[in-house]
Amino acid sequence: MSQAKTKDHATLAGAFIKDEERVDWHDGALWYIREKRDIASKQIPEWEDLREAASQIKSHVISNLHEYLLQFEENLKKNGIIVHWADSAEEHNEIVYSILKAKEINQMVKSKSMLTEECGLNEYLEERGIEVVNSDLGEYIQQIDNEPPSHIVLPCIHKRKEEIGELFHEHLGTEKGLSDPTLLTRVARKHLRNIFLTRRGALTGVNFAVAETGEYVVCTNEGNADMGAHLSEVQIASMGLEKLIPQKNHLGIFLRLLARSATGQPITIYSSHYRKPRKGQEMHLILVDAGRTRQLGRADFRDSLKCIKCGACMNTCPVYRKSGGLSYHNTITGPIGAILAPNLDMRKHADLPYASTLCGSCSNVCPVKINIHEQLYKWRQEIVKEGYATKAKSLGMKTMAWTLSSPGKFTTAGKAGRWFLDKVPFVVNNKFNPWYKQRDMPEAPKESFEEWYNKKEKKD
Amino acid sequence: MTVGLFIPCYVNQFYPNAAKATLELLQKFGVNVVYPIKQTCCGQPMANSGFEYLSQDCNEIIIENFSGFDYVVGPSASCVLHIKEHLHSEKNEKQAASIRTKIYELVEFLTDVLKVEKLDAAFPHKVGLHHSCHGLRGLHLSQMSELNAPPFSKPQHLLNMVKGLEQITLDRLDECCGFGGAFCVTEEAVSVKMGKDRVTDHTKNGAEYITSSDLSCLMHLEGILHRNKSSVKIIHIAEILNATV
Amino acid sequence: MKNGIIRKKRKINSMTTREKILGAVLKNQPATTALPDITMFRGDNNDLVKKYMDVFKTIGGTAFLVEDIEAMKTLINESFDTAKRTVTTLPGLSESFELISATADPHTYDDVELAIIKAHFSVAENGAVWLTEEVMGQRIIPYICQHLAVVINADDIIPTLHEAYEKVGAGDYGFGGFIGGPSKTADIEQALVLGAHGPLTMTVFIMNNQHALF
Repeated sequence: MSQAKTKDHATLAGAFIKDEERVDWHDGALWYIREKRDIASKQIPEWEDLREAASQIKSHVISNLHEYLLQFEENLKKNGIIVHWADSAEEHNEIVYSILKAKEINQMVKSKSMLTEECGLNEYLEERGIEVVNSDLGEYIQQIDNEPPSHIVLPCIHKRKEEIGELFHEHLGTEKGLSDPTLLTRVARKHLRNIFLTRRGALTGVNFAVAETGEYVVCTNEGNADMGAHLSEVQIASMGLEKLIPQKNHLGIFLRLLARSATGQPITIYSSHYRKPRKGQEMHLILVDAGRTRQLGRADFRDSLKCIKCGACMNTCPVYRKSGGLSYHNTITGPIGAILAPNLDMRKHADLPYASTLCGSCSNVCPVKINIHEQLYKWRQEIVKEGYATKAKSLGMKTMAWTLSSPGKFTTAGKAGRWFLDKVPFVVNNKFNPWYKQRDMPEAPKESFEEWYNKKEKKD
Repeated sequence: MTVGLFIPCYVNQFYPNAAKATLELLQKFGVNVVYPIKQTCCGQPMANSGFEYLSQDCNEIIIENFSGFDYVVGPSASCVLHIKEHLHSEKNEKQAASIRTKIYELVEFLTDVLKVEKLDAAFPHKVGLHHSCHGLRGLHLSQMSELNAPPFSKPQHLLNMVKGLEQITLDRLDECCGFGGAFCVTEEAVSVKMGKDRVTDHTKNGAEYITSSDLSCLMHLEGILHRNKSSVKIIHIAEILNATV
Repeated sequence: MKNGIIRKKRKINSMTTREKILGAVLKNQPATTALPDITMFRGDNNDLVKKYMDVFKTIGGTAFLVEDIEAMKTLINESFDTAKRTVTTLPGLSESFELISATADPHTYDDVELAIIKAHFSVAENGAVWLTEEVMGQRIIPYICQHLAVVINADDIIPTLHEAYEKVGAGDYGFGGFIGGPSKTADIEQALVLGAHGPLTMTVFIMNNQHALF
């Protein structure tokens, strides 16, 4: 991965927004998914109760995580699954590599796993001579374009079909100019089928891990996780510590919420429960920390670990819709990304909690009721405290605080501001004033309310 | 009942008519309104930028001005919400706690405390109601579109009492306008795009006026309307509810 | 070469990774909060067959209500090209079609056109059927075939996933799954395409007379 300085969200968003037609299309596509989620959620009278139950279950899990990890590990072993623990992204990648190397496997097929994206697994393996193919269509497209996914559920939502057609022409030899989604999907089906049939190693993510029974659930619409897993000799599941749920019957709650929140579907086409290896197959599960225990220790932010990765917050967030996931320079993007990322690297991601108007829509659509918008506010306080606010901003804020600290200073400043706007507007209305770029300044009234009121009081 | 009138800093300086309308409206309902003259700001601009620790002076000024009233009422959902959630003081926490329970935004004060059922107001225009996020998801002035819950709207309830007023229906009921405090300049491109999209939603659905409980949102939308030479105007809801032909 | 892990357990300050992570979890986790009671979540038992069929159709599947296995056979021959490789787990169809072997190499099922298998039950609220390895024949079958046909009893349609997990219980399968329609993707400009990597179509036969099935 390149170590070049990351552009901040505002800069990346500004570039994305220049193409207004594309932004409107991207925004409309995601809003449509938000609307589908609304329709699905309103068909279930007990929807808000389900959210509350899911939220409480997840709170219980993170407050008893130690116990559930032990229970889960014990049951995994009883089921014949080999358990690994990884402290860091690097260690996770090493483990995957060593499992494959032990079987002399140098080609692996991978279904969607944001965790492995976070760990940079594909690059790590490729550097060591192991080819990885992403089998989820959206992730496959991003892989051949050498670009990270922009959305955790809809990896290439930002791409037009013509662009995808061009990629397929370059990498799969399709006809130039072919952009019909059905035809392109059929080509990918054929190509990936051959991958499934020839790869001895398969890796999946984990949507839910059941401590009670030592099984895990993988949800897809494409069937790619199952195609890879059931044809493999070695199956690996990579899982963040927080994916645990206590009991089997809790799956009823979470599976009723997940797909409806994500896309408005009642359930993903495939919800596959993996419990024991197939006869002759080896199954591994890697429990990964990579910053999760640190987040667990942050009282204001640990609830972000309740996330079930549905993406609903991204679909509803107007900032996300109008700036695109790639503006967030992090694997997990959007509102949930903005409260997870500063824990991973506060310097790199100090801008993310500010990529929000704190409108609160995200918290309302979150199926586990994470208080995302409140955590964004709290991260801002933390980031300033740790010294990551820019000097200009700090100076501006201190000046503002000084001006507002006494009625006298405030009245003078207000009067001065209005005078400048009225008499010499160019002082404010110029290219150094970011407000003025695309908006007019408010008009300056002759007198403030306070001045009017004082005059009135004198008269009465 | 004596009400302390809380006028946010920028309303005081740039939108005095909204403040006057708020005062007059409350007086029409027989409320004894007092305006403490030494007001500055609720501190939200600093707090929302991560500098909550710098807003202590603002907190003390609010406590000094507003202790001792039966209610505190202000024509700004966003500032009222901020005080409700963040007003604290090391020296005067009891007074701070008391103000937090007594402070109301104008619309909710009219519907929940004064329980207004009719208004002697007329505003014969097509009006688009902008639900400011702080008013909506913070103060619950209306039902939030994300939730599976019974619909209601306090501002709409009041607008329905205004003669001749026709409320337009928006494509997206409660999407954020993009002002967001310092966001409006630190993420200028996104902020303006969000504002333009809200304006388009109102104008294509026939609004002549856009109204709200929050002048911060309206100031941002107005900036875009004026730059694009639109004939659509913004107006604070107090001025509509106080309007007579 | 040994089976299993040949990699040495990594030690950090003479502690294994496992010990380090568990230690950090124990130290950082907050005070315990209670599990909620979820027994009040359940569906209603009205019109389950109709509900199921309506939902299954909206997600792109085809559903038939049939009286017996003969009626099903007729529909199968009408709907699919049974000259191509067709496999089944149903003894009642073993004269017409190939029985699935639980021990064959899964790769040998690559050319299956149609798979006809039974499911344990189906869920009205989302159109999904529940199958375990046992009724799939083998794990790969419902995913690798070009067309999937599943048979269920009309009496085995239950309202919601809450009842589903009551029925499944802890379970004793090595692999089980809900399958709720033909495979699909909308990754290209949100255009819905039926038939991603799993089957192109899914058909469910709801057996009205439960004795007729098996």
